[in-house]
Amino acid sequence: MSTNSQNNPKGKIAEIMGFNLLRLVTLLTVLPILGLIVFIIIKGAPALSIEFLTTPPSNGMRDGGILPAIIGTLYLTLGTAIFSVPLGVAAGIYISEYAEDNRLTRLIRIAIINLAGIPSVVYGLFGLGLFVLFLKFGTSILSASLTLSIMTLPVIISTTEEALRSVPNSFRVVSTSLGASRWQTIWKIVLPQGLPGIITGIILGLERAAGETAPILFTGATFFLPQLPHSPLDATMALPYHIFVISTQIPGMPVKIQYGTVLVLLIFVLGMNLIATLIRSRARSKRQW
Amino acid sequence: MRQEKRKSDIIISSVIKVCGYSSILFVGLILIFLLREGLPALKDVAFSTLFSVRWYPIEGYFGILPLILGTLLVTISATLIALPFGIGTALYMSEVAPRWIKEVLKPVVEILAGIPSVVLGFIGILVLVPFFRKFLDLPTGLTAFTGAILLGLISIPTIVSVAEDALNNVPPAYRQAGLALGATRWQTIWGVTLPAAKTGVLTAVMLGIGRSLGETMAVMMVTGNAPVLPTQIYALFRPVRTMTATIASEMGEVATGSQHYQVLFLIGILLFVFSLVINIVASAVSTRQRKRSERVLS
Amino acid sequence: MFMLFLTACTSASDSTTQNSQPLVQSNYITNKGSDTIVNLALAWAERYQTVRPDVRISVTGGGSGTGLTALINGSVDIANASRQIKPEELDSAKKAGLNVQEFVIARDAIAVIVNPANPVNQLTLQQLSAIYRGEINNWSEVGGEDRPIVRLSRETNSGTHVFFLEAVVRMNDKKDKTIFTADSLLLPSSEGIISEVRENPNAIGYDGLGYVTSEVKMVAVSSLKSPDIYILPSAVTVADGSYLISRNLYMYTQNVPEGVIKAYLEWILSSEAQKIVVDLGFVPAIDQ
Repeated sequence: MSTNSQNNPKGKIAEIMGFNLLRLVTLLTVLPILGLIVFIIIKGAPALSIEFLTTPPSNGMRDGGILPAIIGTLYLTLGTAIFSVPLGVAAGIYISEYAEDNRLTRLIRIAIINLAGIPSVVYGLFGLGLFVLFLKFGTSILSASLTLSIMTLPVIISTTEEALRSVPNSFRVVSTSLGASRWQTIWKIVLPQGLPGIITGIILGLERAAGETAPILFTGATFFLPQLPHSPLDATMALPYHIFVISTQIPGMPVKIQYGTVLVLLIFVLGMNLIATLIRSRARSKRQW
Repeated sequence: MRQEKRKSDIIISSVIKVCGYSSILFVGLILIFLLREGLPALKDVAFSTLFSVRWYPIEGYFGILPLILGTLLVTISATLIALPFGIGTALYMSEVAPRWIKEVLKPVVEILAGIPSVVLGFIGILVLVPFFRKFLDLPTGLTAFTGAILLGLISIPTIVSVAEDALNNVPPAYRQAGLALGATRWQTIWGVTLPAAKTGVLTAVMLGIGRSLGETMAVMMVTGNAPVLPTQIYALFRPVRTMTATIASEMGEVATGSQHYQVLFLIGILLFVFSLVINIVASAVSTRQRKRSERVLS
Repeated sequence: MFMLFLTACTSASDSTTQNSQPLVQSNYITNKGSDTIVNLALAWAERYQTVRPDVRISVTGGGSGTGLTALINGSVDIANASRQIKPEELDSAKKAGLNVQEFVIARDAIAVIVNPANPVNQLTLQQLSAIYRGEINNWSEVGGEDRPIVRLSRETNSGTHVFFLEAVVRMNDKKDKTIFTADSLLLPSSEGIISEVRENPNAIGYDGLGYVTSEVKMVAVSSLKSPDIYILPSAVTVADGSYLISRNLYMYTQNVPEGVIKAYLEWILSSEAQKIVVDLGFVPAIDQ
């Protein structure tokens, strides 16, 4: 390789320049991201305190903490998980383990890809139409969670499918030859092997759900709730919507609280991201085949 | 005993099967509900009104053209901004970077993918909007361009991860052949690797477009939301109103079943169709590259 | 499997709709609507916690239309509106079997605001109208610097927008069908307008008096009848009727209020609650 390059000094110069260009472009992509994170941490950290995390807002959001928003986001994430995890994992199992390569399966694939591509605000419309109005759940944690569930479904389905596909076929063959049924094979052999990948997918899906605003805008988010929601049919505050509210709706909002809230959401979401990354890399290093 | 086992197996299998079909059900449900609420608009609102250039719904002006063009303007500019950075980063990661840098870069790009759009919108309002107004000497910093920058940032991770996968899927033999013929690595990248990954890179671009097309919060917060028909080039540096922002800011208000409500759902149908087309084209282009669908999807 | 969820959920919701009467009495009040009122409603809800700790009040903004629609749909107990309910809204409420009740809970002035660096201190109503119609496009035309005018407006779903359209853009001429020029920026919230005006010397905006902070400058406005007398909005000028761009703020209930809702609305008109009105820069509904 090097001899070739040396025979071609002009090409070599072009290569050095080209590579440096790519390095520069990458740097210009990465630096703003890191800068953004650091900026938010520096601006938001002073606001963080136990009190900020454990008290409700007061004085028209300008004082106090963001507890109801944190709890609300936890509820919504949990609610989303309740619906989307069993459904999504089962659907992933179906596609990886049961589905034959036929027209129906291709249709399912197209459906999943489309679900993944539908704009989040369209999910909001759908949730409003189906859950809030048609099924009369009202603007509630239930409606919002169901809406977010369908939105996260494609992520969970396709990561599950991929995780299961990466389990070598020989595992299945051995298991069935030992007399295990198809489901036993999946439950006892395939699923445990694919688990890290599935969990990663679930976390990535829920991470997206936790950070979304548009789908909960008309399905479950509320501006202010002095106490925590009591039932799934209550509306709730949520971190992303709260950020929208305090950055656009409240006059004279202290910047400190704004950045603090942004930082909390960021820690929440990126923390999930980090966990997913760790699980994935650990599973990769432990993999024996 | 064995009989029982078989029975439970069949039950579980059918439950799983039903779950497997659920995606089709949901796409169907979404479509049905959008159509149910939105199609009457075509009947109740005159075509000449719908395709006029004025959006002022409280007085019955339902011209969606400014919104469609606004979305196009922001989306296309965002893609043009994101393209060099996205593809460049993907090329660097797959062709140039040493392994350890790659290991660092990947999570960083994923972090960007994980930042909620409302956070980017917040930073946009606080930092970008005043900056662009002063720096570019604009009447206001709430412009299509500000939105495009944020959307570019949002679509970069999609472009990077899909394009990088496509590049990684190019067999090493291709590169070796290129190098053996006396080409430099740089020439090989442009002459061999990139063309070989063409379809995957195209998919990346399509999905990037899809991502910015559907983005709502960040756009709503920084584009000023004036329903102006963007006809001139300078419209990029003026306020603009996108389809998504229109739905998000007006849907809460309208009376259920009113014309305005129907038209907003009609805009939702259009968004649905746009994203459908983009995704079908993207997936048709990349049937050979199914790997790593998780990134495509997240 | 999901259908199972759905059916399970439907039955759950059925039972809640049947139970909606007890739900209302269960010390939980949902309150939604006008962004102009939202901070006031928020302050009230907060203070009411100390008066009646057993009553929970959730407050949401979104616009007057949003709140009234939700009221008619039955998803909130009290709708906040910065405009009166429209005839068509009243119709659909009647169709839904509701006997909507109106309460004037405060008064508000719409202040016209510019950046403090803008030398313009006063505008006639005609000038203001011409600006928002798109006929005046440069500050130099109204005695300011040579700068383009950036018009800021609330979203069309806000009562403030509708009121401004009727009282200022159309100058209360019912036959006038003029609307805002298309390049008016429609910002999703009051605070959006304040912060843009604070940052941008080209901008003009309008907002409820309660939102106006010291970082922006209010413009004195003259009326059609006496174009030479420019008046700044304040509690006094609203109360004596000399500042023209002012209006009532409302709360609406589905029916004649009972129980906790009745108690809450009565408290709102008490002097303790109306004092908060003054604190937030609005004008009390009752003389104190």
